Amino acid sequence: MSLLQAEGLTKKFSGLTAVDDVSLTVADKEFFGVVGPNGAGKTTLFSLIAGEVTPTHGRIIFDGTDITGWSADKVASVGLVRTFQLMRPFESMTVLDNVAIASHQRFRSRSEARRHALAVIERVQLERYVNAPSASLPTAGLKRLELARALALEPKLLLLDEVLAGLVPTERAPMIELLRELHADGLTVMFIEHIMAAVLALSERLLVMHEGVELALGDPHKVTQDRAVVEAYLGEDYA
Amino acid sequence: MSDHATAVSETSASEAIIRRAAPYRLPAGVVAAVVVGLVLTYTLGGRDPGLVTQSVVTGLLLGGVYALVSIGLTLIFGVLGVVNFGHGAMLSMSMFIVYWMTTSLGLPVYLATVVAVPLMMGFGMLVQRGLLNKLTLEGNHEGPLLVTLGLSLLIINVLLMIFGGRPLSVPSSVEGSLRVFGAIASYERMIAFGGALLVALLLTLALKKTSLGMSIRAVSANSQGAQLVGVNVGRIYALTFGIGSACVAVAGGLLAPFLSLTPTVGEEFTILAFVIVVLGGLGSVVGAMVGGVVIGLVQTVGALYLPGTGSLILVFAVFVLVLLFRPQGIFGANR
Amino acid sequence: MTPTAERLKSDIRAADDPRLRDNSTRNAFVVLGALAVVLAVLPLVANDRFETIAVQTLIFAIIAVGWNLMSGYGGLFSFGHAAFFGIGAYTDAYLVVEHGISPWIAMVVGAAIAALAGVGIASLCLRYELAGPYFALATFAFAQLFLLLVQNLDFLRRTEGFNLPILPEESFWMLQFERGSDIYVWIPAGLLLVGLAITILYVRSRAGQFVQAARDDEVAAASLGINVMRVRLGAVALSCGITSVAGTFYTQYHFFVGPHQAFGAAVSIEAIIPAVIGGIGTIWGPLVGALIVGPLAELIESVLRDPPGSLSFLQGVAGLDVAVYAALLIVIVLFMRKGIYGTLKDRWRK
Repeated sequence: MSLLQAEGLTKKFSGLTAVDDVSLTVADKEFFGVVGPNGAGKTTLFSLIAGEVTPTHGRIIFDGTDITGWSADKVASVGLVRTFQLMRPFESMTVLDNVAIASHQRFRSRSEARRHALAVIERVQLERYVNAPSASLPTAGLKRLELARALALEPKLLLLDEVLAGLVPTERAPMIELLRELHADGLTVMFIEHIMAAVLALSERLLVMHEGVELALGDPHKVTQDRAVVEAYLGEDYA
Repeated sequence: MSDHATAVSETSASEAIIRRAAPYRLPAGVVAAVVVGLVLTYTLGGRDPGLVTQSVVTGLLLGGVYALVSIGLTLIFGVLGVVNFGHGAMLSMSMFIVYWMTTSLGLPVYLATVVAVPLMMGFGMLVQRGLLNKLTLEGNHEGPLLVTLGLSLLIINVLLMIFGGRPLSVPSSVEGSLRVFGAIASYERMIAFGGALLVALLLTLALKKTSLGMSIRAVSANSQGAQLVGVNVGRIYALTFGIGSACVAVAGGLLAPFLSLTPTVGEEFTILAFVIVVLGGLGSVVGAMVGGVVIGLVQTVGALYLPGTGSLILVFAVFVLVLLFRPQGIFGANR
Repeated sequence: MTPTAERLKSDIRAADDPRLRDNSTRNAFVVLGALAVVLAVLPLVANDRFETIAVQTLIFAIIAVGWNLMSGYGGLFSFGHAAFFGIGAYTDAYLVVEHGISPWIAMVVGAAIAALAGVGIASLCLRYELAGPYFALATFAFAQLFLLLVQNLDFLRRTEGFNLPILPEESFWMLQFERGSDIYVWIPAGLLLVGLAITILYVRSRAGQFVQAARDDEVAAASLGINVMRVRLGAVALSCGITSVAGTFYTQYHFFVGPHQAFGAAVSIEAIIPAVIGGIGTIWGPLVGALIVGPLAELIESVLRDPPGSLSFLQGVAGLDVAVYAALLIVIVLFMRKGIYGTLKDRWRK
């Protein structure tokens, strides 16, 4: 059974159609990749699914419930959680308290929330920074903090928006390894990524978007051989 | 990154479309509403028509001066994004400068006003350079609010220390009045109205035609973009604050002859100017003019029914409604 | 339970892991206890003139503590807290004068009305996404609107205000004591301590953490399942309620309240200035600010009454006190962004 089902998702910003009639399903425990050139509508697709933007047309069904038009906080509370490409830490708080904000959704008491948060922080290997102010983290740390906060909500489906962007190559490998582990633990992931090596290494199915529409969807290795895809998108990168 | 950038340009594209479609309908609606309101007051209002005419004339003349005070505020608000809580205090300051020049140096009041303009402009630029530039360039919202609040208290209390709290009056240089449709309009008030109109016209022209005006509008629309094409944003900020302060100086000089001066005299105008700026739309000079006249009329005609401070309730009701339902104002496009 | 959750469960640390230690709440209560002792003893050893200054300072402090919850921790900059102070002051005046009801009950009723009014105003503003300077302007306008309404409503006696009836003898129930009684210091002191205790508990509570997260980044907070509107309105309700209590005590202490004492723009400013000078978004900042601003006015006044030779030109001049703390406000905003207490705290940490 599919965990997420999007049907005919469309978002028009007066005059411009950012996402145009995109349908997809994400199966339970799947690792689902989304790629596309700049401006393809990937982040808008995430914002639609996460409830930050209301679709012009289309339906979103998550875990058997129609969540179309739900607010972002309500969507998050049923287990569909996103991270942001541009990291958005709560700058006045420590790393532990940042993650505890998410843990608080499950635990009312502060001490329990912080205990839970610490476990998540260790899971993403951020333990050096537990009590550091989040504003002091380097980029790689902030990326892991984004991930930790989302994980602390114990999501059923995690939407990762370019979690590798901004990392130097030596920082990428451990992050890819972490994502692989989380997936092995049974986490369902949908992710936007530009780094093709990571996309091919991780995703089980791949959606290629171009100018708001679905260009190809299916097995990553097959899809990336698709002529239209190569022309529209990969051509630039592979040239 | 790219997707965010697209989303931003998409929204601004949509705003541009709204801007093109709407600029005449709503202002026309507001003017129509005012006219209908006046007609109803005359026909069904149950007040003596002569009295109503007097209120309308007073309201129009008053509105012109309100507009002039508001133009300074709207420029500063529109370009710098700063709510200048010190605006009223600067108005008081200009009036006291004019007062001092008329009583100590014996200058006629309107000549004193001309002298006060560059003084206030310099003061405004100094304030922006010294106190606000760092905060506004950072995009800090609360800092400028607090600094201008402090400035307001500082100016008022320094004036209090120098001139005391007793009401003072500027010797008038133009006596007499004119009868318009049976209503009395004093020359001083008519000069104030005319002066306000003139300044508004000159300013609108300057913003449209001169290169400084172009730079100001560019910074107002997109300060980063303006910086990229070589505009010195800090300098434009200072000049804008200076021009806003110069408007205040003109308003102060024009108002001084028919007000009794106390250090807090400008405060009442700050509040009204906020209302007018929000009503007219941030950064819109035309909006400030129309807003000023509308508020002037609401206040004076409203006073026929709600005496004392009662008519101000109407003014604030308008303010709250506009803030809640159309925070970009009548002439405003984006916010 | 999701697989991640199962895996995490086995990783959860014991509660006594040193990295989880957070003594800030306990430490804050220790300081609060010490403060309580000082406030309890001071009136016993100080003279009558002290009482006036102390009460003024304590009222400042309560308003600022209230303001800080909404504007400091909640990030919703209110320029109209006079509205809520005024509601407290007028609810008390109206209920005591017209109905002979105990001020203690009026205090609770006033706080409830202020909280409701605050929630109403804030939810309107937030629904239309008025942020930053727009929110400040809107709150400022509502306070002015309240001032004008009171001045034009017969049952609130328009511009005349209310005089409280003077009772033949002291009564705790009616909150009336002999002039100069120490109780007049102890009551606002107690109210301030309660306000501070609420702040201490709130900032480390779930709701308090959520509201600070929403202040730092609204979008990120919503993405983590936080109903931003609801947590903000919670902060607003607390803030307005606490500020209203200061208003109630003001009326009781002065036996009089008029529109400007209650709803004037000066009151809104008195809420902001101590908090900013002391440090917004900190527990002790508003108190530190009030301790500076409150006595400053008195101090300057006494200097002006009998100035030393070099300052004799200032004799009898009004306005210097406000000018001084206005200048202080500007200097603090420009050079000590986090206020006196906030800056010192940061230094201490380093």
